[in-house]
Amino acid sequence: MGLVPGLIKGLGVTGGTMLRTIFPDGWKKPIPNPVKGAETVQYPHEKEAPPARARGVIALHEENCTACMLCARECPDWCIYIEGHKEKAPPRRAGGKPRKVNAIDRFDIDFALCMFCGICVDVCPFDALFWSPEYEFSEPRIADLLHDKSRLSEWMETVPEFEPYEAGSEAKVKKVPAT
Amino acid sequence: MERAVSDAALSNREQLSYIAAQAADARVNVELETEGMTLNIGPQHPATHGTLRIIAKLDGEQVVAVDPVMGYMHRGYEKLAEVRTYPQVTTLINRIDWVGSFANEVPFILTAERLMEVEAPPRAQWIRTILFEMSRIANITLFLGDMGLQVGAVTPAFFAFRDREHVLNLIESATGGRFHPNFDRIGGIKDDLPAGWITETRRVMKKMRKYCDEIEILVEGNEIFQARTRGIGVIPANIGLSYGLSGANIRGSGVDWDVRRDNPCGMVHNETDWKVWTHPDGDSFARFWVRLQETRESTRIIDQLLDNIPSGPIMAKVPRIIKVPAGEAYVETENPLGVMGYYVISKGELVPYRVKIRSASFNNISITPWLLKGVYVPDIITILASLYFILGDIDR
Amino acid sequence: MSASLNILGELSYWQQTGIRVGAGLAAVLLIAGTLVYLHLFKLVSFMQSRLGPMEAGPFGSLQLLAEVGKFLQKEDIFPRKADRFVFAAAPFVVLMSTFLLVVVVPGGPDAWFIDTELGIYLAMAVSSVSVIGILMAGWGSASKYSMLGGLRATGQLIAYELPLILAVIGVVIQAGTMNMQGIVFAQAEGSIFGWGGIGNPYILTQGVAFLIFMVAMQAELTQAPFDMPIAESELVSGYMTEYSGMRFLLFFIGEFATAGVFSAIAAVLFLGGWSVPGIDPNDNIMNVLGPVVMLVKIVGLTFVVFWARFTFPRFREDQLQRLAWKVLIPLALANIVVTGILKVAF
Repeated sequence: MGLVPGLIKGLGVTGGTMLRTIFPDGWKKPIPNPVKGAETVQYPHEKEAPPARARGVIALHEENCTACMLCARECPDWCIYIEGHKEKAPPRRAGGKPRKVNAIDRFDIDFALCMFCGICVDVCPFDALFWSPEYEFSEPRIADLLHDKSRLSEWMETVPEFEPYEAGSEAKVKKVPAT
Repeated sequence: MERAVSDAALSNREQLSYIAAQAADARVNVELETEGMTLNIGPQHPATHGTLRIIAKLDGEQVVAVDPVMGYMHRGYEKLAEVRTYPQVTTLINRIDWVGSFANEVPFILTAERLMEVEAPPRAQWIRTILFEMSRIANITLFLGDMGLQVGAVTPAFFAFRDREHVLNLIESATGGRFHPNFDRIGGIKDDLPAGWITETRRVMKKMRKYCDEIEILVEGNEIFQARTRGIGVIPANIGLSYGLSGANIRGSGVDWDVRRDNPCGMVHNETDWKVWTHPDGDSFARFWVRLQETRESTRIIDQLLDNIPSGPIMAKVPRIIKVPAGEAYVETENPLGVMGYYVISKGELVPYRVKIRSASFNNISITPWLLKGVYVPDIITILASLYFILGDIDR
Repeated sequence: MSASLNILGELSYWQQTGIRVGAGLAAVLLIAGTLVYLHLFKLVSFMQSRLGPMEAGPFGSLQLLAEVGKFLQKEDIFPRKADRFVFAAAPFVVLMSTFLLVVVVPGGPDAWFIDTELGIYLAMAVSSVSVIGILMAGWGSASKYSMLGGLRATGQLIAYELPLILAVIGVVIQAGTMNMQGIVFAQAEGSIFGWGGIGNPYILTQGVAFLIFMVAMQAELTQAPFDMPIAESELVSGYMTEYSGMRFLLFFIGEFATAGVFSAIAAVLFLGGWSVPGIDPNDNIMNVLGPVVMLVKIVGLTFVVFWARFTFPRFREDQLQRLAWKVLIPLALANIVVTGILKVAF
């Protein structure tokens, strides 16, 4: 502590913070500019971009989904509702048997229940679910927080590309399928 | 009130009121000896970190007896865990101590790994330890600012939230979630670090050290703060240990015990050069001081770990559907609030049979009836703030 | 300029009083509003690296009006067991003492509310009335928290009245008069060892008294580090807990108005009041410039008060009392002795 009592030093900390907030450019430009110096982000006029991995909302790539129900089973809140039916798709080669494929009728995620844990995205074996950092989807009615198939497919446009990993990593960077 | 009248002269009603007035006079003379006042602090109160209710019997401004009532936030974790698979339980237990996010998952995952006899690869252990220490920094910086707030200074709390943002942004860019990362998996971690994360972390650790310096001048060096906390709430080491205190609370009483150093399993703190901080006094100031030093130590641990992070895979070979073999195991780790442990009994199925959570704050506040006898009302707040509990950790 | 002031002198008694009342209300409320915006909303926000209110008006300047509107439309709550008259009257008692206090503060050589020989004596006597108001608030709320807050406040305010008054006595001895205008003129026309450049502001010779006055003022305003009565993290709001709506706003405005008025008194006593070095204090321009100068000095002193308020934690009440009785009062008494000796010797 020395000769200056702690009280005066404490005043120095707050006074210094105040001066740094009012004059963020230091001695060089003594023009008051607190909007730049303060840490406040004035939402909704200015918005901070969340990182690419941020868990904002879940997007569905419909072509990959086979209604295997793994995501609906593993969800801790049971907030995914899937209904599907089997239909006949044309054979892969000419002259072969028609194949049975699963088609989804209904794929709803209730974001009022969702915990945003990501288990559904992890367990999907066909890479049909992706995370998107979009977070501005609040609704005046709770029932509107149930996103249906078409809305989930719309979120695919906001899914960012997977980022490259740090040096020393052995993981391979996955690709987001083109919509 | 003397009236020399005969009963016959009074009407019935006047007679009754006369007798009542005499009785009231007699009562007042006895009541001048006041008994204590019972003050109900909480469950909604700015000082308790959540819904803790403290029934304090006061004599003027001195406490005669204190009775903490908890359970207002009981969410039934141990029962919920009996019907959830292991990844689902990992998701839930993020929310026990919501400030030190990642640290909640680690002991549970380590217990499950011990039952499965699987060890995470070195790179995963390194990243686990880095995120564990980062959640400690996020948690304790909140305490440093909040202790100032409980004692009366409003500014340190704002500095705490301002500088904590950087750590939370780091955790978010690696795991996807600021407060609930849900990043640990049995056998390793979920995903690797994004490019540029290590440089960013070094920059943030420098900022956190500067924040610690600011708090040292603003709060710790302040004579008023020292007058409020020195000698208040002294916990002797043996009493603290018998009540089950852990973490910085017991290290502030001089006990040199840290699970990271003495009983590590699955984490690599001992690959670096670090020190356990203790303080002999045992008062509120000692606990504050120990936590301040621990935060600085965590930044140094992270810097050293970043220097020699090994390359390799981040996930061991585990089956897709995890069925933990039958058995029971208990693993505890040095969480930011104290020692947290999970005792898991498994019968070989998808879901655990029983999960018992040993949470740090539950034991930490068990000492309050003993500790708060005879202190003043403002000291109740100081002592509770220095013990530092989070309600989710007490009530689970 | 002098012609208009002569007209003012020819108005009838009631018209003069009306102007005085209006000016008094404006002096208290405008100063309170300015201080709330400048210090509470803006400067302390900058101390905490944030911006403060920005939406209401340009840079949040109309936020106080928005808050007044919000408080006016709130329900007027009376706790069931509250003593209705005491509960309702308490904010008015506190505010009344502020208005009574502002009448002794001069704004210029001819711009004063009352000019009496009692001056500072009247001010000190009247400032004690607010203690009764706070005790009424604590008792009338019929709540344990409020009672605790009210009792703590009473003990603290009575204890810190003494250093306040004793610090002022040093100034009175040096000025030779209790008249506030007289004190201003004594500083403006005084000289330091023969050099009359900046007059003789008493902060130089009465530095110890100035510090004691500022500390005691902080305690009288129940600001941190002396805000045990309102200890927010323990008593929620102390004696103000049960108040809502307009009554709470009266307490709030009263707090800032009292801060402004006490700083005005400190400016008059120690910083030379409305006089500016370089301008003759008898000049008529000082009637216009004087209030402006006073405003600048008030803003400067209240900045120090709020700077300390938002930096320091609070004392416990026994530490408070120890500071007042064992440290401040002996210091103030020593200051009086030294001042008396030096006044007689020189």
